[in-house]
Amino acid sequence: HLNAKLSHCGVITVTLNESRPPLVSRCFSHEKVETDEEFDARWVTYFNKPDIDVWELKKGMNTLIGYDLVPEPKIVESALRACRRLNDLASAVRILEAVKQKAGPYKEIYPYLIQELKPTLTELGISTPEELGIDRV
Amino acid sequence: MLHLTTGRLGSLLARRVTAALSSSSVRMASHSHEVSQTDMSQPMYVDRLDIPLPDKPYKDNLSAEEQSLKKKEEGPWSQLTKEEKIALYRMMFCQTFPEMKQPSDEWKTVVGVALIFLGISGLVVWWQKVFVYPKTPRTFDEEWQAKQLKRMLDMRANPVEGFSAKWDYEKGQWK
Repeated sequence: HLNAKLSHCGVITVTLNESRPPLVSRCFSHEKVETDEEFDARWVTYFNKPDIDVWELKKGMNTLIGYDLVPEPKIVESALRACRRLNDLASAVRILEAVKQKAGPYKEIYPYLIQELKPTLTELGISTPEELGIDRV
Repeated sequence: MLHLTTGRLGSLLARRVTAALSSSSVRMASHSHEVSQTDMSQPMYVDRLDIPLPDKPYKDNLSAEEQSLKKKEEGPWSQLTKEEKIALYRMMFCQTFPEMKQPSDEWKTVVGVALIFLGISGLVVWWQKVFVYPKTPRTFDEEWQAKQLKRMLDMRANPVEGFSAKWDYEKGQWK
């Protein structure tokens, strides 16, 4: 993800004195923690389902937006392609608005996302909210 | 049956109520006529920043023109004009994200009404002082209070650290 999540590991870093190196962080919980790559892959696979239906797209997006992170470009890309399979341009634009909203005060994230998604946007003919002029009131 | 009568909602509640109400019936038993009813057992549309794709599209009944646009949406999107894309968006959604985030002047109403009620309470309290409360006991009179204070000093109340300790007995004044 583009924001760090430390919810599962207890992180302990101990520096004894300058001559000894610090101890490495350790997870004391025995819970299996999903890596960022596994998370991303899981969501890309979800949206890549060829016969994904309208409900699944909505459910997936609303759940994803509920997380405390901005989705990786590859997740957004597979969601946009799912919109294409469902012939839903409006939802594709809405998804772009939503990820911009998720970036919050971190203004560099959304332009980066659009930059990474440019090939997909051009291929599918999706206009960004900025191009449509709906990014302002 | 789950119904929400829009006539019952004040303007201050309407925007936030649509998705948030519980499933219990909110129809009042006593009213005699019903304004437009929302069937809350069906999927509802809602504009929320954290629910980007609501349960149903905003516009249900599409005109012939809108239906033909929907047909065109099935083809390549690069063939849609900017206006058509905006139209498709507006068919599916009511407000854009920036429109949702628009600040309103509602807070002024809230603060104003709260102050009005505080003011009314203040008037009630004043009226009570004038017309309801009996005279205060004689122990509140200036003269009585002065005599009470002298008595406390004469009996050296809290002479070490407290009351009488602050009185300068030589000079006959507070320290």
